[in-house]
Amino acid sequence: MMITTTKGDMEESLLQKSEGSLENDKEIISWVEYRLDDELVHRSVHVVLKQSVAADGVAAAIG
Amino acid sequence: MCTSFKGELLTGTHNFGTAPTRATTAADTFKAALYLATATINASTTAYTTTGEVSGTGYTAGGVTVTFGTAPSTSGTTAFVTPSASITYSSVTLSTAFDCVLIYNSTQSNKAVSVHTFGSQTVTAGTFTLTMPVNDASTGLIRLA
Repeated sequence: MMITTTKGDMEESLLQKSEGSLENDKEIISWVEYRLDDELVHRSVHVVLKQSVAADGVAAAIG
Repeated sequence: MCTSFKGELLTGTHNFGTAPTRATTAADTFKAALYLATATINASTTAYTTTGEVSGTGYTAGGVTVTFGTAPSTSGTTAFVTPSASITYSSVTLSTAFDCVLIYNSTQSNKAVSVHTFGSQTVTAGTFTLTMPVNDASTGLIRLA
């Protein structure tokens, strides 16, 4: 699989891949990173919002 | 307060003031802009601003269009609406940490709608995807309870 990197598209097998995630009350965040000789060449992030924190203030004001 | 009124607020049915005059029945266009972790974007924000907005390869100032494919709804005494698709910034490099997205109405003079924060992030030659919460009265992105 080809990966978009700062050095152009590269074959995934040539890169070091790492992934991570965290979850709290507000969101689930996951990311994937690819490095070439320890240089970060790709990082993508996916945030899943569980709820709208900002809208709670609106709800309190209008309810 | 009448629940139907709350829902109608989300569709621009009522106008207690003198502006704006809505010349069309079409839905407005909404956009989502990303802001740096150092930016001051919050409930006091009244309109989209370039101050504090992220910049980098592949990112266009003003952000991306938000898809509201599902009309506002009500449940119990709460009116709510949520974008029907994830907000995605593809093939971007955003090297300075960002932690906030502003949703604003680009049809109505870029007036601010809502601010949503998340854990601080950077993106390198990659994609940033913001997936919406479940569209209901408890978790919908924009709720009037």
